[in-house]
Amino acid sequence: MTDQTAFHSGLLNPAAPVPDGLTDAQARPAGWRYGVYRNNVTVSLREALAEGFPSLVGLIGRENFDHVARAYLRQSPPTSPLMMHYGAGLPEFVASLDQLKHLPYLADVARIDVAMRQSYHAADSTGIDATALQTPDEEALLATRFDFAPSMILLRSQWPIGTIWRYTLRGGDKPSGQAEDVLILRAEYDPKPFVLGPGAGDVMQALQNGASFGTAIDQGGEAFDLAALLNLLLSQQAITGLNH
Amino acid sequence: MPDATHAFPHLPNLPGVGYKPQHFSEILADPSPVGWLEIHAENYMGDGGRPIAQLRVLAERFPISVHGVGLSIGGEGRLDSDHLARLKHLCDWLNPASFSEHLAWSTHDSHFFNDLLPLPYTDATLTRVADHIDEVQTVLGRRMLLENPSSYLAFAESTWSETDFLAEIVRRTGCGLLLDVNNVFVSATNLDYAPQGYIDAYPLDAVGEVHLGGHDEDEDDHGAPLLIDSHGREVVDPVWALLDYTLAKSGPKPLLVEWDTDVPDWPVLADEARRAASALTRVLA
Repeated sequence: MTDQTAFHSGLLNPAAPVPDGLTDAQARPAGWRYGVYRNNVTVSLREALAEGFPSLVGLIGRENFDHVARAYLRQSPPTSPLMMHYGAGLPEFVASLDQLKHLPYLADVARIDVAMRQSYHAADSTGIDATALQTPDEEALLATRFDFAPSMILLRSQWPIGTIWRYTLRGGDKPSGQAEDVLILRAEYDPKPFVLGPGAGDVMQALQNGASFGTAIDQGGEAFDLAALLNLLLSQQAITGLNH
Repeated sequence: MPDATHAFPHLPNLPGVGYKPQHFSEILADPSPVGWLEIHAENYMGDGGRPIAQLRVLAERFPISVHGVGLSIGGEGRLDSDHLARLKHLCDWLNPASFSEHLAWSTHDSHFFNDLLPLPYTDATLTRVADHIDEVQTVLGRRMLLENPSSYLAFAESTWSETDFLAEIVRRTGCGLLLDVNNVFVSATNLDYAPQGYIDAYPLDAVGEVHLGGHDEDEDDHGAPLLIDSHGREVVDPVWALLDYTLAKSGPKPLLVEWDTDVPDWPVLADEARRAASALTRVLA
């Protein structure tokens, strides 16, 4: 009998023998015929990962990516039929690989790939109108807490991840050595990563954690540009509600 | 309550295509060869965004077939109740003209393999598949269609032919069938039988939809031809001939052209749909 434990045990292990009880039409051992399933599984998971990680593919090249993907999918096959979520653990896996230690920013750039996909499939929402923030009552405004779009994702890094991501996929300015916080925003259906100015990452983190507007902007420091951040959030429909 | 305002109660006996987002504008601009669309259920299980927005637009214009690829109906374990709930949610709001899944498994020990894996045809697997289909039809509150697989190997322990196995599942569960004629051609080549004989033995009365797709060619360890169901190219002439043979016996059916990898520009896929339309015209002549 060839139960599914036997059948599946060799799918992700190329060294495993072909399970017993599988044949061709002449009752000869299945051989490569089983290999077709093994190959289909590996290729389909690898292609799904490559599609989900365009910047990682760009940074290390497709051949290297395929090696990394193969190792990852054998260690961490999907646990859900929703392939749109597969690969969320790949950045951490990349960070653990000795062969890639010389590229310490890779995992954080790969986190942009994960977050872009997550944002793409997030629930729809409508941003508030800019006039909602125009109030004569400054004290009330400072006590306000913001609701944000489910498609908004903040990524903080000690590496210039936004510039590396853009340079890898779109060309443009060569990355410098500066740390960057990236805010992924989706005004309609296409998420975009925005590199935040100084202090804005601290402010956004505080706001996301439920701090009031006044408490959060106190985290920004001297170089923080409040107008620029509010302009970005409003233009990208990122603030979805105000809690007074 | 379904929010699709135009509910299409069933698939028409016309060509349809597997929907790809890159064809959205062209399909809406000129849908002429296509009377309906099929989607892979799992691609529309996010919380929102463009996929679901596009699907809402398409569902106003076309009957939609929801084709699941991840339920693992042939699996040894219980069906994934979370996944079944997601399918119910999709079918409830979309109210599709058809729901179908595969005679295959893809999940084991909570690992999902993203492929349609084969099962032996025995009394035990028949009972298990029939139980799973009962559960699906009960939860979804609708009849489902079950698709025959592409086979690359045989199980020594099988005691049922695939056609008898499918006929018995239909008898026990009341489900319908999705007949993939490319899969029949692929399996018949790989396991050395006549594809027309399969069609002769197949319960055509239960067919609610027919699939067509392209395959790749490989060889087994003995140099025998081994066809791989790839959905990455045009449907080959012998499969169109097998379609004609089938339609002559079954009468017209909703015909779907599947093209999932190396997806071509819309005109190429539209031409395949036109070829399916002419097959339907021939059977009505």
